[in-house]
Amino acid sequence: MTLSPMVHVWSAILFVAVLAVIGEVMIASGMRQLGDLDDIRASRGLGGTIAAVLTNARFVIGALCMALNFFSMLFALSIANLSLAGPAIAALTYVGNAVAAKFFLRERVDRRRWLATMCVVVGVVLLTR
Amino acid sequence: MKHVLKPSQYAILVAIMLSASVGDSFLKRGMDQVGAVNVHHLGLLWHALFNPYVDIGIVLLIGFFATYTTALSWADLTFVMPATAFGYVVIALMGRFWLHEHLSLSRWMGILLIVGAVGFVAGGPSRTEHPELDQMDAGVGR
Repeated sequence: MTLSPMVHVWSAILFVAVLAVIGEVMIASGMRQLGDLDDIRASRGLGGTIAAVLTNARFVIGALCMALNFFSMLFALSIANLSLAGPAIAALTYVGNAVAAKFFLRERVDRRRWLATMCVVVGVVLLTR
Repeated sequence: MKHVLKPSQYAILVAIMLSASVGDSFLKRGMDQVGAVNVHHLGLLWHALFNPYVDIGIVLLIGFFATYTTALSWADLTFVMPATAFGYVVIALMGRFWLHEHLSLSRWMGILLIVGAVGFVAGGPSRTEHPELDQMDAGVGR
């Protein structure tokens, strides 16, 4: 059975977006756990700050997801046009992140932020036309 | 309550939007040269690492990653993402004024929407305050 090219393209786009959302939520969670990096740098220097970030488990898991995301993005860009893959991945990632940030990071995604997220999604789609 | 960003924090947001958009353009240019990758030719992904455009893209995206991580240490994900979407506008305007590309009405509307989105989030707080969550995290993470 051969799948149609569009199924391949959209599966790749969805895979890239899901990896991006998991990666970004894990990294955001790790950074929230660590606190303001400027403050850490003031007390522990640049080396101490880098060490603090690199030894944070959530950051490392998030970074691994982003590395996978990077290679799957290369793959997606090689089978899809940038004008389709770029905005589609961005739009799905924006919406996915807003939902994930609300439920997993417990960020207060108020009307202002939903509106901003939706404006970006529509704006990105319009930019590609 | 940290609702007002310092100038250095605005500089970080600008660095995020520039490195991400320019880095992606380099990657696309490089991958155009490398050719289509499919499941039977995954080795091409390794080959891609030796393409100079892909390499410049990677360096820019490492810069993006460092600045993005820094921003997430003092701002919410749902603040940083729309705030840095301005990079799309930068790319479109570069196309218009440097490369003299034609911007259609729908592209101008897209630019207006994204600028509006940046305005919305920039006018709101950059961080959700969770005293009990932060305490819990501080106990676990350090």
